[in-house]
Amino acid sequence: MQDAFLSAFKALPSFEGGCCLGTWLYRIATNAALMKLRSKKRRKECCIDDLLPRFSEDGHYLEPPAPWDDRADVAAERNETRAFVRNAIDQLPDLYRTVLLLRDIAGMKTEEVAETLGCTPNAVKIRLHRAHQALRTLLDARFRERTT
Amino acid sequence: MTCSEFTEFLDAFVDGDLSPAEAAEFERHLEACKHCVAYLDTYRKAMAAGKKVFDDPCDDVPPDVPEDLVQAILASRKR
Repeated sequence: MQDAFLSAFKALPSFEGGCCLGTWLYRIATNAALMKLRSKKRRKECCIDDLLPRFSEDGHYLEPPAPWDDRADVAAERNETRAFVRNAIDQLPDLYRTVLLLRDIAGMKTEEVAETLGCTPNAVKIRLHRAHQALRTLLDARFRERTT
Repeated sequence: MTCSEFTEFLDAFVDGDLSPAEAAEFERHLEACKHCVAYLDTYRKAMAAGKKVFDDPCDDVPPDVPEDLVQAILASRKR
């Protein structure tokens, strides 16, 4: 956070009013956060393709999805489960995790996220969908186990 | 519609961005496919769980955030 404010202060002269100030600050903060994450290089990051559902040539699931416990979202209120879910989000590749955090957690609109990251709104939608699919895969074992 | 196609456009279905005809096709697929019913349900629960773990104001603040910054944020929220 400090790094983000410092970056914003340094970059303030470059703010030309082409986007709203809030979006501009988000962009600075996001870049600072990503740089910090890259510098740490300790985060275990998954490959997005390994976390998406796989299908046979005729479009059927290779691994059919199983139902989760109905209380899965309630379980997310427990500390142990919260840590597990946060760790799962942390395993998402930067490209997808950033979109999920800005869209779902920070509550930004698709267009604002696109402007912040310098991509199209459609790219944001695709990345968010894949982030949700990947998060579902990462949580599947834990919540599926609770049904047995 | 195949299960592959169902999952590919699932976000648009969840967000209500499909046309009535497309949404009806999704509903017909769901009536016939228990796997996609399970996928849709677990997809929604994963989204909800992801949002829920960040919405507790009582969560511990990461140790590297300066105390004066925390206090400044808390003060601004009280206004």
